[in-house]
Amino acid sequence: MHITQFILIPKQLKHIFTLLKKDVLLEIRQQYSFYGVILYAASSIFVLHLAMEQPESAVWNGLFWMNQLFICVNAVAKSFLQENRGRSLYYYSIAGAKDFILAKLLFNMVLMLLMTLVSVLLFLLLLGSPMNKVLLFIFISCFGGISLSFVFTFVAAIAARAQQNAAIMAILGFPLIIPQLLLLMKLSNIAFSDVFQSGLSSIILLLSAFDVMVIALAVILFPFLWKD
Amino acid sequence: MLRKNWWKIVGIVLLVITFIEGFLGNVPRKPILHETIRNYYFHVVMWMSMMIFFIVSVTYSVKYLRSQKHAADIYAEEFAKTGIVFSLLGITTGSVWARYTWGAFWSNDPKQLGAAIAILIYLAYVVLRNSIPDIDKRARISAVYNIFAFAMLFPTIFIIPRLVESLHPGGMGNPVFNSQDVDPKMHLIFLLIAVPGWTLMGLWITSLRIRLRFLNEKKFGHE
Repeated sequence: MHITQFILIPKQLKHIFTLLKKDVLLEIRQQYSFYGVILYAASSIFVLHLAMEQPESAVWNGLFWMNQLFICVNAVAKSFLQENRGRSLYYYSIAGAKDFILAKLLFNMVLMLLMTLVSVLLFLLLLGSPMNKVLLFIFISCFGGISLSFVFTFVAAIAARAQQNAAIMAILGFPLIIPQLLLLMKLSNIAFSDVFQSGLSSIILLLSAFDVMVIALAVILFPFLWKD
Repeated sequence: MLRKNWWKIVGIVLLVITFIEGFLGNVPRKPILHETIRNYYFHVVMWMSMMIFFIVSVTYSVKYLRSQKHAADIYAEEFAKTGIVFSLLGITTGSVWARYTWGAFWSNDPKQLGAAIAILIYLAYVVLRNSIPDIDKRARISAVYNIFAFAMLFPTIFIIPRLVESLHPGGMGNPVFNSQDVDPKMHLIFLLIAVPGWTLMGLWITSLRIRLRFLNEKKFGHE
């Protein structure tokens, strides 16, 4: 491993941007995963609304993060499905593996950010808002959505190579994501309580370190996944 | 070196001493803990040995990615499997200990949760391996997952339980692993006898399994 692996030269930035643009364009033209996942989120939250109506804060919080988890699995799992072998070869010849995974990470981050905003909105609309600091909660959930998307992007990359996408993704991803989910739930509890709680910044710092680690690992390890 | 016998004998002798000390040796009888402190030679050691095996496993995974040698993959897999066995033993001995000190086998303590997550992560490693039929692809993908999982495991086991309230030693104001907190004699036996003993036992199991794997591959390779 060499340190230059982490330094992005402008040409690579261009590659990443192009790959990202390709993903966005595909998304706009096919409108497959975006609306699919929004519908998934809306219907699952609606079912929750029918089942619970206005749950208390602890239940609200738990339901929200579980729902986020499933939305993330659904949104991110699709990102490697459409890349078949021939196309991967093509990407490999025009860009590097590193550019490819970074573009995917970025794309899934944006996708998950949108999904998070939609699901927060639906949750607030349908399940009520038991929290005291709504803006803080929205910030935390966006932050959490990004963290989830990073981990699941890499897990999806592994699962895509193992072929049996959906099942293997849940098996690999769920245990890996529990630590972050625990931290996120602890973090969002701060938004629910009316008394000031310390520890917000230290958990955010820890989660950011987590994200940086996941990105670094993805960049280092993805080239090995890519080769066939 | 692995075919030699001396380290196996050393391992057995160390384990015999561990068991004699563990069941018959003199231990300080502190409130709450009482005689359960004897589990120190078993429960804590399981986790130490598990960590050693997982570290060895991840080292072989890195080695595999760098060299693409098939043997490294087999080593990584077998060490991970031994690690899983030790983690299962660790969680069992831990919950027995918890039953007599905390009052219940399982109380959703952060440390217990972290341990359960670690076991799930490594079981997923085994499932992932089995799901890929192609040998080279399996080796590469599972090596990648092994490294990724290992990096995620550290925060699980070491950082998060320290951030939240836990009954388990090693938390806030509840230290562990320094000679002032544990009886010095116990600490010495733990470090010099119990940990090497159990680790050698695990190493023996692993080396046998690795030899079996190689024999099997030789057998099927020549068919």
